[in-house]
Amino acid sequence: MSSAVASHEIDNTRDDPTRRAQLILGGQDFHTVTEMVAGIPEQERINRNWWFAFTLAVSLAGMFGLNIAYLFWEGTGIWGNNNPVGWGWPIVNFVFWVGIGHAGTLISAILFLLRQQWRTSINRFAEAMTIFAVVCALVFPGIHIGRPWLPYWMFPLPNQMSMWPNFRSPLLWDVFAVGTYGTVSALFWYYGLIPDLATIRDRAKTKIRKFAYGVFSLGWTGSARHWHRYERTYLILAALCTPLVLSVHSVVSFDFATAQLPGWHTTIFPPYFVAGAIFSGFAMVVTLAVPARAFFGLQNLITLRHLENMNKIILATGMMVGYAYSMEFFIAWYGANEYEGFTFFNRAFGPYAWAYWIMVSCNVISPQLFWFKKIRTTPWMMVIVCIFVNIGMWFERFVITVTSLHRDFLPSSWGYFSPTIFDIMLFVGSFGLFFTLFLLFLRWLPVVAIAEVKAGMPAAHGHHEEHGHEAEGAATHG
Amino acid sequence: MADHRPVDSVDPNNLPEYGLLAQYEDVTSLKQACEQVRDAGYSKWDAHSPFPVHGIDAAIGIRPTRLPLLIFGAGATGTTVAVLMQWWMNAFDYPFLISGKPLWSLPANIPVAFELTVLFAALTGIFATLGRNLLPRHHHPLFNNERFARATDDKFFIAIEAKDGRYDATRTRELLESTGAVAVDSVPDDSKINASLPKPLVYFIVASFLAGFVPLGIAARAWFTKSAEPRIHLNPNMDFQQKFKTQSPNPLFADGRSMRPDIDGTVAEGWLRQDDAYYRGLDADANWLVGFPQQVEVSQGTMARGQERFDIYCSPCHGTAGYGDGPVARRAAELKQAKWVTPSSLHQDYLRTQPEGKLFNTISHGIRNMPGYGHAIPESDRWAIVMYIRALQRSQLATTSDVPDSERAKLR
Ligand code: HEC
Repeated sequence: MSSAVASHEIDNTRDDPTRRAQLILGGQDFHTVTEMVAGIPEQERINRNWWFAFTLAVSLAGMFGLNIAYLFWEGTGIWGNNNPVGWGWPIVNFVFWVGIGHAGTLISAILFLLRQQWRTSINRFAEAMTIFAVVCALVFPGIHIGRPWLPYWMFPLPNQMSMWPNFRSPLLWDVFAVGTYGTVSALFWYYGLIPDLATIRDRAKTKIRKFAYGVFSLGWTGSARHWHRYERTYLILAALCTPLVLSVHSVVSFDFATAQLPGWHTTIFPPYFVAGAIFSGFAMVVTLAVPARAFFGLQNLITLRHLENMNKIILATGMMVGYAYSMEFFIAWYGANEYEGFTFFNRAFGPYAWAYWIMVSCNVISPQLFWFKKIRTTPWMMVIVCIFVNIGMWFERFVITVTSLHRDFLPSSWGYFSPTIFDIMLFVGSFGLFFTLFLLFLRWLPVVAIAEVKAGMPAAHGHHEEHGHEAEGAATHG
Repeated sequence: MADHRPVDSVDPNNLPEYGLLAQYEDVTSLKQACEQVRDAGYSKWDAHSPFPVHGIDAAIGIRPTRLPLLIFGAGATGTTVAVLMQWWMNAFDYPFLISGKPLWSLPANIPVAFELTVLFAALTGIFATLGRNLLPRHHHPLFNNERFARATDDKFFIAIEAKDGRYDATRTRELLESTGAVAVDSVPDDSKINASLPKPLVYFIVASFLAGFVPLGIAARAWFTKSAEPRIHLNPNMDFQQKFKTQSPNPLFADGRSMRPDIDGTVAEGWLRQDDAYYRGLDADANWLVGFPQQVEVSQGTMARGQERFDIYCSPCHGTAGYGDGPVARRAAELKQAKWVTPSSLHQDYLRTQPEGKLFNTISHGIRNMPGYGHAIPESDRWAIVMYIRALQRSQLATTSDVPDSERAKLR
């Protein structure tokens, strides 16, 4: 990034009740914000680290593709899925990725409705992460169907059997929920990008750039009449997306909760899944934002305060998840159903106890570290906690899926699930796909919502005194 | 923008005027200027800013958009389409009968109805906004002005079009200059020569649009014609699997079946439970046990335990006194549930004389409409409950002779 921008860390996490906390730091004006963000896609020379990361990601994505090709040829038998565990890693990975894909729209929509101005620095970033996570998520049920050339049977289209899909099935609700979520999130993201793409278009020097950014910015001129409709619709979209986010993971949880299987059949699943999704989504945003802001020198836009706010949300949702874990056990005891009782006892002390306790330590215990301000506001420490959270959340889905299935009602059909090398390669490969898309985003698109950040600056409301405060803010940093 | 292809009579060096463009340095002066232009009575003009400016709508006099109504309509359409689709597909066109449930029940339709509501509303919102803003457009006369590139960065503009009825090149310029503009430029209108899309691009768009119909056509043809060919099956390797299915013959076993029956006398671990009296309430002749098995101690303690368990597990239906009038039963009576079977009163003669073993069995496995509680209540507690039922039954039949002499005097 250009050296014009100071990239040292300023601590803006302390609260002064007499005035509103600064959202962005370093005495920015509109132009420096443009410079900082639009400067990234304008870099002449692509950073070597970026190339390194990109090559790695593309290779993993290639491995992903090859594995899928082999899967289509050979069938789902290449996975560890077998009786009694018919739902193995693919579903675990699906739920894991969909869960991660919740923070973006949550930050955009819910925080927008709640007028949490701090969202503007991170929403673009988080929304992009959402879309790429949903892409990864959609791959798994897509390749899990056994006859991958017949996916249209899931949609309400006339097919050769003259049959329609069964609308009582939560798996079908899932098709609609995740499909709608993916479509709406992508459009919402693009809609927010239009004015910023116009900014890059207007600064473009080369013909190709002018053309490419010109096409995608749709001829945006920043007209007040356009902004008027644009903002109105943005508000409505946010209001629509908020219940949408909540619905998606609720519906995903129905896949389990409506099945009459001890360990799945519980009414707490929808809120528990939603809290878990927000938890893992925010953890992923922090995991990605910390290196990205250091890499591109965006410390003044994505400030420590933003990160701290997210860590507080992680702490809160982590405790909700912990509450859900204990509530499941309470109900298993209180409900006095011997099968449910066995399932939960077996979950914590049976052959998968190791997975259960990894989950508990990562999801319930590790976020407790965020009670310490030091850990909440030190980038490398929070990344470590967040990586633990992501590991824990993958294990949560593994525990729910596999431990509930591996003990059937008759001991003769008990089993122990082990993944095959293909399970592992597909999971790792999905990270390749995710990071390929994400690195392309970082390189070519405005990673921070430029127009929205500007609209939140004091100068956008006709105030000019903010420079004085800025000096103080900078002076107090230790 | 791209290539300059002069068309007909328009002379690229002598273009008509599009209008005037004034530049401002900050939000406050932009808003003040807008108010002045508004008050001067112009109508074909606009402000341009890098971000939505708070309060500019009033300064320009923009009336609230009616898009929200449209979006609401689209959402309602989504709900309706979803509900009708689900009804038509699962209850009408191809009725799906699943475990005898009603063919059509709204609760199961809610998730899809909700998702389609959001989908329709969101798509309409985005595309209608773009449409009303006349976007996408690949050309705008203002893009010819060099300053205007900063309209998406840090500067603010007002553009008044020459088409406006009040427009007058000098007077409009004076007005703009008086509003504190840092620069006022005249912008030429090159839309006659530059606004049309390049021909090859147009051909490409039309061609891809038409090509989009080809797969649809193929699908439609397949749908409406009959074919004796087997259906396309890309990879049949999953159709022949090297394994024995449940009902298939198997030469490896003497009985020729691939499904193996249980070995005689198989018992699950920890489930031997040989003591018939204690575990099943049966005596040596397999009749219902009268009295209690020897493991059960008839004592005040067991009785108290029985009362506690009875109050937890049985009283919701049977009532604390055993008359079949627990809260569940009362609620059902209130609701006039037609199919409800009232819990039996435990004070009927045949139950007073019923052997203890039979009562034990009723608790373990349930009876007729009553579910069993064997999975939730261990044997020792079941016997304690039986003991307590006996006490309850006795209590409702007590005579004065049951009262100890010392207390009898206090009665009446
Ligand atoms: C969910 C409500 C419910 C609960 C709880 C319940 N019962 Fe019942 N019980 C019934 C109903 C209903 C009947 C009558 C069944 C019928 O006639 O089809 C019944 C019948 C009985 C009978 C009569 C059996 C016979 O031989 O006719 C006994 C004894 C009895 N229950 C004991 C118990 C005991 C002891 C408990 C506690 C462990 C208990 N019940 C818990 C609903 C319940």
